[in-house]
This record gives sequence, C-alpha cells and structure tokens, in this order.
Amino acid sequence: MTTQLIYGGAGILLFVIGLGSVLTRPGLWRRLIAINVMGSGVFQILVAVAYRGTAVPPDPVPHALVLTGIVVAVSATALALAFGQRLEDEDD
Amino acid sequence: MIDLPALAVSLPLLGALAAVVLPSRGGLFGLVAGALTTGVGLALAARVWLEGAVRSELGGWGAPLGIVLRADGLSAAFLAMAALVALAITVYAGRYFGGSERRRHFWPLWLLLWAALNGLFLAADLFNLYVMLELLGLAAAALGALAGTQEALAANLRYLLVGLLGSMTYLLGVALIYTAYGVLDLGLVAELISPGPVAASAFALMTGGLLLKAALFPLHFWLPPAHANAPAPVSAALSALVVKAAFYLVLRLWLEVFAPVLGPAVVVPLGLLGAGAVLWGSWRALRAERLKLLAAYSTVAQIGYLFIFFPLLAAIPAGAGREELLAAAVLFALTHGFAKAGLFLAAGAVQGAAGHDRIAELGATAQALPAATLAMALAGVALIGLPPSGSFTAKWILLERALSLGQWWWIPVVVVGTLLAAAYIFRFLGRAFRPEAAPQRFVTEPRAELPALALGLIAVFVLGLAALPLWDLIGISEAAR
Amino acid sequence: MPRPGLSLLMPLVLMAFAAVLGWAFWLALTGQDGERLAGIALAQVPLSGVSNPVTAVLLNYRAYDTLLELGVLLSALLGIWSLGPAPPGFAPAALVFRGLVVLVVPALILVGGYMLWVGAHAPGGAFQGGALLAAAGVMLALSGRERAGLPAEAGLRVVVSLGVVVFVLVGLGLMLVGSGFLHYPLGIAKWLILAIETAATLAIGATLAAAYLGGLPRSRPRATRRS
Repeated sequence: MTTQLIYGGAGILLFVIGLGSVLTRPGLWRRLIAINVMGSGVFQILVAVAYRGTAVPPDPVPHALVLTGIVVAVSATALALAFGQRLEDEDD
Repeated sequence: MIDLPALAVSLPLLGALAAVVLPSRGGLFGLVAGALTTGVGLALAARVWLEGAVRSELGGWGAPLGIVLRADGLSAAFLAMAALVALAITVYAGRYFGGSERRRHFWPLWLLLWAALNGLFLAADLFNLYVMLELLGLAAAALGALAGTQEALAANLRYLLVGLLGSMTYLLGVALIYTAYGVLDLGLVAELISPGPVAASAFALMTGGLLLKAALFPLHFWLPPAHANAPAPVSAALSALVVKAAFYLVLRLWLEVFAPVLGPAVVVPLGLLGAGAVLWGSWRALRAERLKLLAAYSTVAQIGYLFIFFPLLAAIPAGAGREELLAAAVLFALTHGFAKAGLFLAAGAVQGAAGHDRIAELGATAQALPAATLAMALAGVALIGLPPSGSFTAKWILLERALSLGQWWWIPVVVVGTLLAAAYIFRFLGRAFRPEAAPQRFVTEPRAELPALALGLIAVFVLGLAALPLWDLIGISEAAR
Repeated sequence: MPRPGLSLLMPLVLMAFAAVLGWAFWLALTGQDGERLAGIALAQVPLSGVSNPVTAVLLNYRAYDTLLELGVLLSALLGIWSLGPAPPGFAPAALVFRGLVVLVVPALILVGGYMLWVGAHAPGGAFQGGALLAAAGVMLALSGRERAGLPAEAGLRVVVSLGVVVFVLVGLGLMLVGSGFLHYPLGIAKWLILAIETAATLAIGATLAAAYLGGLPRSRPRATRRS
C-alpha cells in the first residue's frame, strides 16, 4: 500500500504541476508539454493502482488503460504540433 | 443477429475508412454511410421507445470485465437528434464542398465525428467515454481548421488544447473512481459509490473537465472563435452536436452516478454559471458584427439555459416529478440542436452568396434567398423560445418549476435572456425586410437551403407540437429512476 | 505578467488542490481490498485466446476501446493531412548516418515483428511493434528519404486504414454469424487476435511515420533543407 501511495502521490503531483503550467505559462509548446506531463501523472496513478505486491501478477486492466491513453495522448499531441507548425510557418 | 448499438458506431466508421482509401468518392460514401447511420439511429430510438432500454455486451463479456453499450431513453433522444441533424449536415456538405480539394479531407473526418457522437451517446463505460471524447475532440478540431485561414487555425488549436485539458481532468476522475471502486461500468459504479470526499473529488474532476468541453461560462472563451471561423456545415455540427454531447455526459454522470450520493448543493454552482452564460452570451450576441459570431455567442447563452435546469432537478427527488423536468431539459437541448444547426446552415448559404457575413450588409442577400431567410427566422423563433417551438414548452416548464420550488431567482435571468435573444434575432432578421427587388425564386440552392429549412421546421413545429413521445421516452431513462 | 499577489496565489491553490486529491486518493486506496478487476481478468485469460493478460484485456475484453483508439490515431493523421502538403524533407544523409540506417532499420523491423508475435504470451503486442516500425520510418525520414519508406499516397491510404478496417470487419462478421460483435469463438480467438494485431501493427507504424512527415508527401521532388 505504501508503494501505491508513493507512486500515486507522485502522479498527483505531476498532474498538478502540469495543470499549473498550462494555466499560467504562455506559449503553445510549453502548454503542450504541460498537458503531456498531466497525462503522465494520470497514467502513473493508474500504474500505481495496478500494483498488487510482488507475489501476485499485477492488475492488467489499468495497464491496458494506460496503453490506450498513451496512444490517444500521442495522437492529440501530434495534431497539436502540426497545427502549431502550420501557424508558425504562416507567421513567417 | 443485428446489434444496433454496435452498428450505429461501425457504419460511420466504415464509411470513413472508405473515404480515406478512395478520397475522390468521399461524397458518395458520405451520403450512403450517412443515410444508413441515420436509419440505424432512428431504428434504435424507435426500438427503445417501443421495447425499453437496449443493451449490447460487446465481446460477450458483460460488465465489469467487458464494455457495455446501452441505449436508454435519454441516449435514444440525443441519438435521434444527432441522426437527423447529421443527415441534414451531410446533404448540405455535399453541396458546400462540391468538387473542391477540401472534400477529400472533410468526409473521413466528418464520418469519424459522427461515429464518435453515436458511440458517446451509447457508451456505459467510463474509460470508453474518455476514448470517445478524445475522438470527438480531435475530429472536431481538425474539421474546424478546414477553412484554412489563420484565425481558424489559431482558434481550433486553442479548442484542441482546451479539449485535451478537459479530457485529462476527466481521466483523473476515472482513475480515482477505479482506485476506489474497482469498476468502470456506469451501472456498477452507481451501485458501489458512497458519499464522501472520493465521490466529491471524482465529481468535481469529471464534471470540471466536461464543462470545459461544454463551454459553460466562464470556460466558454474558446467557443466563439472556433465556431465562427469554421466552415458552415462544421459550425453547425460543433454548436448543435459536439457541445451537446458534453452536456449530455454531465447530465448522465450526475443523474446516474453522483446525484444519489452528493447533496443538491453541488449543482448550484452549475446553475449560477449557467445564469451568467445566459446573460453574458446573449449580451455579446447582441453586440456581434458577424452573423456566425452572433450564432456562436447564442450557443454560449443557450448552453447556459441547459445548466440552469440542474439546481431545479436536484431539488426534486428522483421519480415522476424529476422525469418531467428532465424531459423538458432534453426537449430544450434537442430544439436548440435543430435550431442552431438550421441557423448555421442557412447562414452558410447566405454567406456563400454574399461572400461575407457582416450583419449590417447582409440585407440584400438575405432578401434574395427567401428559403434561407425563412430557415433563419424559424431557427430564431426556436432560439428565442416563442410558441409553438419546443424551447417555448421547455422554458415554460422551467419557469413553472422554478416558481413552485421556490427558486424564483432563475426567472428574471430566463426572462432577460429571452428578451436579449429576441433583440439579437430581430436585429439581423430586420435587415431582411428592407425595400429591395422581389426575389426570383423561393429556393435558389436546394441542397443548401432545404436541409436548413427542414431543421428549422422540426425545431419549431415538430418538437413544439408533437413532443409528447419524448416524455414517454425519458421515462425509460434508467437515470431518472 | 502576473501580479505578485496572483503569482503567490496560484501555487497555493494548486498545493491545496494536490492535498485534496492526495487525501481522496488515500481514502480510495484504503477503502479497497486491492482486488478490483484483477481477479476476474486473470481468471478469464485461458478463455481469451492469448496468455498475456494485458493483451487479453486490450484485444479481447476491451477490444472495442482498442478499435476506437486506432480510430483516434487515424483521425489525428487525417487532421495533419488536411493542413496541407508536407514540408520539404531532409537532405540525404552522409556516410556515417547512412551506414547506421542500413544497420538499424532492418533490426527495428525485425524486432517490431517479434514484438507482434510475442505479445500473445509475453509483454509486447501491436502497439509496441507498431511503435518500433514507426521509429524505423522516422530514421528513414531523417536520413533523407522523402517518403520515409512508406508507399505512395494511394497505397499509404490503404495501409493506414488497415488496422481499423480489419478490426471492424472482424467485429461485424462475428455479429452477422450470430456470435456477437467482437465476440471471438473460443477455438479461433487466437488467430483472430493475431490477424487484427498484424493489421494494427502495420497501420500504427505507417500512421505514426506519416504523422512525423507532417503532411501528405509532395508528388514531385522539391528543394530539400539541410538536416
């Protein structure tokens, strides 16, 4: 339980740090990275929840959720990057 | 064996894939897939109305291990609206994009958006809802940027980032629920959830994330630029359907999962923000110089009305009384869906003919397109809430309930909002009544104007005079039990 | 430029928020016996057609989520394509990098295929294999190949939609024969999952590599930029 608490707490910290950065810092690239940090925080919480001790196999469901979540986050980041790149090109 | 819920999501997906592989035939695939999807959506709604809720356990694994699709009264109502509005948009878009290069990109994305909408209304699993929300957000942002202008790109990038922020917050709520209760199925979560800080935090996170997507004041800042700069059929889809999907989710989550365990006080902030949205959105719509910006701010205001229903729903204990108010809220949402889509499609026809959408100079063009102007007038009637439109019935019930529950403070807000709506609707409709040469024909561009006209007629007459089946349908809602 | 008061307020609010979340998380953890869905999921693995529990969840119990996730990936690529043609590619690589590419790219493809196969009984699967294929594509793009080893537009459109197509067709086919949407019969579950995963691996690799290119490759060669 302590392990889950430590990793889950770290995940919550990552989420909050990312959230703060999105809300207060300007600039597309920074906000995008901050959103990805938030995502990593949530995924870390899920992975922490999957841990059931060293004797038994971990819970596979949160692992699958994290895999799906990573792909979704990567897709969204790719699209946002393409948008940003196009905006910068047009500014030049 | 035909699994209607699974078909409702698979058919537009297949259409999208066909449009990806053969982009030059995109319009054809769009029309065919669109007609089939509309048929399935209406058939599903009819079956729910006749036989009760429809469940589909995908993969043969029921909850809690597998994913369940569920169509009850609430989802069936939204599904039917989405089916009809999306069909009108599909027909319109066939003409709007014509043979241009953009149609190659429009059709796959539009069909994916439709699949996401259907999937969202049918979903009964928290993580599945997250994936649907993301698909919806990505497709919507990509579609909005099809206009190609700098403003459209910037506005839709903002929309994308806001949407991502909302989804991540929602996902944290889901993670919290899984940590506490070990299930992801909505029905099971509703059974297992208990009052306490966990439920409150999960509610705050999930609803907060969804409010960003529903553009509730003051989180609405992304909506006007994104909707005003998108191509006309996309604006119609965004305002009428995508924003409505987020509202539907807030309603569904609160009614089914959180209302039994959290007190009525938690939704009072929603009502207050809704009141703010009504006043602020209507005021900005009155001041708008462009027609599509006016329509976008009008959406902000109308979403506000929807959230005013929440504190009233909370004050009525679960049962027949709450069902009636719930049906009124759903009727309002549906009427707005049809009306706003009709308005944007007609505005697109006018903008196409005039080359711009500055309200002050649209008079002559509006007069030359009587069918489009009639569609805008009908949509305006429904947006103001004049009889016999569906929103009149809904607002009437809302005011009646507010009075009988003693929450009279919502009444002046609704009245002022309605007056402001009348002002901004008549402001641009009045331009169409100048003395100009009489138009040659009623319908100039059938594929563009008839869908808008049909949507306006449904909003005003069908939903206004024939909305009684909706009450039966909502009675089948599991959420209202 | 935030005012001094505001710049102190935000961290305090966030810390309070983190504290509340942490407290809720602790309550959530202690209220549960730790079993959640693990018991049922692990117990049903022998019936799923694979022996890796995560693959069983992804491709069998919650296959619908995976189907839609492939759709999300495709929609991102379509969005990127809708923005316009790809920017000019990199200049052709010099000697050292070229040699590296010749060694590494085939290895990546091989390991990607291995990941796909081994995913049935060990950590691995379609996404992992697809990511490795995409990495190979990125290396090819960086070394100056304008299409990153991907087929031309017509073929590329087929490959990127392959994953979702196979998935949906399997699901609908199973529905039509009476088994239920995405309900694999016990005997052929393993082969259906393998077929879906193979299509998905190719699609994921192609989609991610095409997304890296930043748009539809131009049909005729253009001036390249220095890498």
